[in-house]
Amino acid sequence: MNRLARAVPYLQALPLSAVFVVFFAVPIVLVVVVSFFDYETYQLLIPAFSLENYREVFSEDVTYRTYLMTVEFCAITWAITVTLGFLIAYFLAFQVRSATWQMVLLLGCSIPFWTSIIIRMIAWIPLLGRNGLVNQLLISLHLASKPQEWLLYSPFSVIMGYVHLYTLVMIVPIFNSMMRIDRSLIEAAVDAGARTSQVMRTVILPLSKTGVAIGSIFVIAMVMGDFVTVDVLGGGQVASVGKQIATQLSYLQFPPAAADAMVLLVAVIVMIALLMRAVDIRKEL
Amino acid sequence: MGERRRPPIFWALALLLALFIAFMYGPILTIVVLAFQGPNGGLVFPMNGVSLHWFAELFEPQSIGDIRGSFDRSAALGLAVTICTVVFSFLAGLGFRRRFRGASLLLYLAIASLVMPSIVVSLGIGALFELLGIERHWYSSALGAHLTWTLPFGLLIMFAVFNRFDPAYEEAARDQGASGCQTIRHVVVPIVLPSLVGVALFGFTLSYDEIARTSQSVGALNTLPLELQAMQTNATTPVIYALGAATTGLSLAVIGTCLAAVLWARRRRARYGSDAGRAV
Repeated sequence: MNRLARAVPYLQALPLSAVFVVFFAVPIVLVVVVSFFDYETYQLLIPAFSLENYREVFSEDVTYRTYLMTVEFCAITWAITVTLGFLIAYFLAFQVRSATWQMVLLLGCSIPFWTSIIIRMIAWIPLLGRNGLVNQLLISLHLASKPQEWLLYSPFSVIMGYVHLYTLVMIVPIFNSMMRIDRSLIEAAVDAGARTSQVMRTVILPLSKTGVAIGSIFVIAMVMGDFVTVDVLGGGQVASVGKQIATQLSYLQFPPAAADAMVLLVAVIVMIALLMRAVDIRKEL
Repeated sequence: MGERRRPPIFWALALLLALFIAFMYGPILTIVVLAFQGPNGGLVFPMNGVSLHWFAELFEPQSIGDIRGSFDRSAALGLAVTICTVVFSFLAGLGFRRRFRGASLLLYLAIASLVMPSIVVSLGIGALFELLGIERHWYSSALGAHLTWTLPFGLLIMFAVFNRFDPAYEEAARDQGASGCQTIRHVVVPIVLPSLVGVALFGFTLSYDEIARTSQSVGALNTLPLELQAMQTNATTPVIYALGAATTGLSLAVIGTCLAAVLWARRRRARYGSDAGRAV
């Protein structure tokens, strides 16, 4: 009976563990292995140990430019989402006083998160397109003499798409951290003569850094690996590492795609590791 | 909560939030409006009459995509993912309350799966099936791919729930002679029911809208989001907006149903919260 009781938690965790092992751990290990494989047109995966795929990745000029562009997108998106996320979370946590309003507003922000990503991207096209609403407005107000081409299928629209999709991912963890801040600390700061901006900078910001870090990890991981937004809103004008991998995969070139994926993975892990030094995720649950 | 006056920063941030909400909902409202274009209307404003023409068109066979088939697959897949996510996360959540070897490894695996760039997961699953010589299908490889995305959410929610769960309820049940299964069925499940509805909401909506992890794992027959992505590149009529409006409507219906279910479960919990002195 005792031995049976000890087996219970293992059995309970079994289905979840099985999914993660079969569909996550093994595939990731395979990506590492396949990145050293050889390939031919009619044989997609030839077991080998060759560094050729990596040599290709690092010898091409395009790779560096693509990585630079992806990191740039990531940095800009991060800066915008973290600023917006912090300010909105601060407003919801500290300026909105009724719990009902807090719930309603937070829910209002989160509902789009549960709707289709692809539709949310497509929805920008009639707004930003050549004959879209924004251009119609600019022209009728005489702010522009001809349609602005940089609005859509450009870095601008891609970053707009990212901010649209991922700001909520920043708001929620920061809001969560802020709700755990002891309100008496803020009263103490106010009593000691701190202005609102000082309270925000010296009390709230340091105490919500865990939330900021968690939100940042999500945003960075999603933007670094993205290929869908770049495809829909970049329209062939914009490159990204994720899109490069997706393109290779569309030609069924698994090994070079895996090598690219490994480089991407290392880049993401380094960025996340730096952020993880600031937080203990388990404490946040 | 005195009647303190709102500082200027309140109004500045309220304006920011209002603009943000307009930014979140504006684009989707545009395509919902454009979906009602007249039969001769185009992809952009102005509206050329108002009609349900493009919604009716959804049910006709399409030249650029397989709407019906991909919708059926997405719905079935979403349902399967929801059931697996709720059951697996709940069980694992129970397991994590006791010490077992590999617990922290499993947690790290879940978090890694959450933050791993989706294209890498998708590529790995594609390579796995390719190497094993198994054909990729939405009900096999894509189901697994979706679970790597929904289960971390489910597990983290169950963690948060059980961290706040008072074991005294279970002890009371056990003292009354309830077996382990009875305790779970009659005590634990009713208490955590609102959170299980939340897990189901994450499971269905994340799966129904998933695109990145599906891309390399779905095989020959697309799910709805992938079909939409393919359709939008050569869409020439507002039928794509009608599809967008319809699928968003379905998402909203699911969210609404789940919120209603959470409220119902909470009220039920409040009503049956204590049956002290009443025999079962």
